[in-house]
Amino acid sequence: MTRVSRYFLALLVGCAIAVPAAAQDTLKKIKDTGVVKIGHRDASIPLSYLNDKQQPVGYGVDICMRIVDAIKAELKMPKLKVEFVPVTSQTRIPILTGGNIDIECGSTTNSMERQKQVAFAPTYFMTGTKIIVKKSSGIKSYDNLKGKTVVFTSGTTNERAMKAYSDEKKLGINFIPSKDHAESFLAVETGRAVAFPMDDVLLYGLRANAKKPSDYDVIGPFLSDDPYGIMMRKDDPHFKKVVDNAVIALYKSGEINKIYHKWFESPIPPKGINLHMPMSDGLKALIKNPSDRGVEACGRMKC
Amino acid sequence: MDFSVFFQPAFSGGGIYLDWVFSGIKWTLAVSIFAWIIAFSVGSALGMLRTTPLMILRAPAAAYVELFRNVPLLVQMFVWYFVLPEILPRAAGDWLKTQMPMPEVSNAILCLGFYTASRVAEQVRSGIQSIPRGQTDAALAMGLTLPQAYRHVLLPMAYRIVIPPLTSEFLTIFKNSSVALTIGVLELTAQARQISEYTYRTFEVFTVATVVYVLITLTVTVVMQRVEQKLRVPGYIGSAGK
Repeated sequence: MTRVSRYFLALLVGCAIAVPAAAQDTLKKIKDTGVVKIGHRDASIPLSYLNDKQQPVGYGVDICMRIVDAIKAELKMPKLKVEFVPVTSQTRIPILTGGNIDIECGSTTNSMERQKQVAFAPTYFMTGTKIIVKKSSGIKSYDNLKGKTVVFTSGTTNERAMKAYSDEKKLGINFIPSKDHAESFLAVETGRAVAFPMDDVLLYGLRANAKKPSDYDVIGPFLSDDPYGIMMRKDDPHFKKVVDNAVIALYKSGEINKIYHKWFESPIPPKGINLHMPMSDGLKALIKNPSDRGVEACGRMKC
Repeated sequence: MDFSVFFQPAFSGGGIYLDWVFSGIKWTLAVSIFAWIIAFSVGSALGMLRTTPLMILRAPAAAYVELFRNVPLLVQMFVWYFVLPEILPRAAGDWLKTQMPMPEVSNAILCLGFYTASRVAEQVRSGIQSIPRGQTDAALAMGLTLPQAYRHVLLPMAYRIVIPPLTSEFLTIFKNSSVALTIGVLELTAQARQISEYTYRTFEVFTVATVVYVLITLTVTVVMQRVEQKLRVPGYIGSAGK
């Protein structure tokens, strides 16, 4: 065999072995291992991020801990362990479908496209794409971005919304990818990029924790709708039911208001800043009528 | 496996996803080849300096090698891209960040080039030092100056000796170029990740990326084997074990 054909044989064998994992029974997996694995983010403030002790905290993490309580009750395993696994916008779906986490408590937009890969619990937060810029950049609207450099976090719906807008308006924006929100914000902070498109709540969170928050402006209007959902594996109706019921129970009991107040209307770690973001009417409606509907391919709830 | 994904219209910028693959290949080749030019020239100079009898030349070259080969490549990439512009004077830093042509690509080339130079330097040094000391002495005794002894006696032999390890470095640079994705260069691996993010066809996309990397490195291997054969000095090296 020649050297070349040996390489290709190795490659073929590799492909044959790497068959994607089949649908799993998550509850059974949790029962067998005694561990619930939760995916979290490092800088999705205040939904899922690391505090000054490097522990994952946030609105989404709190909701997930209630889901863990529901799983404990369902499996009658009060001593169930929780393991936190850091994920990024780019790794969250492969890590979830690969089985390394059971639920993702981050800031993931529920989209109809992602629903082909994963399932979502009822929406627990409503936001949309805006951009953050330095005040000194003089950017006042999206159209000011013509020919400028914009940084995006790879694998986000905001990336798509901004690229679609740039294509549509022929802005010729120079895009640079980055791996997470903290790094994207750093690019704006150091002047490598003039703007960073992201869900507005996260932009306010990043701004609040910046060295000088008054240096930055968040500019709208919304380029997309982004309803957040807790992600789990697809085709696992038993597990989805436990998770959905846990979330809906929080909504029915009104406990969600307390959790919301704690993260959006009170001082939060690490710097003790209060975001002062009262609950939007959109979220209030979703708490009354829980729904796991995602955004359409155009980035809006209705195209 | 469904490779038709590459012929689907791409999400942004017109064209199909295959165009993204080609664009990735273009940047992988550009970053690697320009970085290799830096690595080979700087590395050769440093390798020679490390073998001279003059302490004042040996010491800084040794310091360079130890610094650049002992810091992880990823860390170096971040230092070039994120740290350097902040510690330079304001104007220079701003130039690096915005005015410099293609800041991400240029940074990646410089970083990869200077990192690999430290490794090339060690290969060149080992090549020179593998030549018996008597050859240097003989050259100097014949009246050649030290630079002439390097040019006409030591280097022609040393480079021939180190072609195999240098080939490895050259292959490594293509693979290491994927680290450039961490500072935003859309090279082959970055494009593969991007396509799989948009299409969810991870296996197909990375299969193609793997095949492309293998094709690139196989081509380099074959070319370097030819070079080795062409330059072989009969009866001196390259025949043991055959």
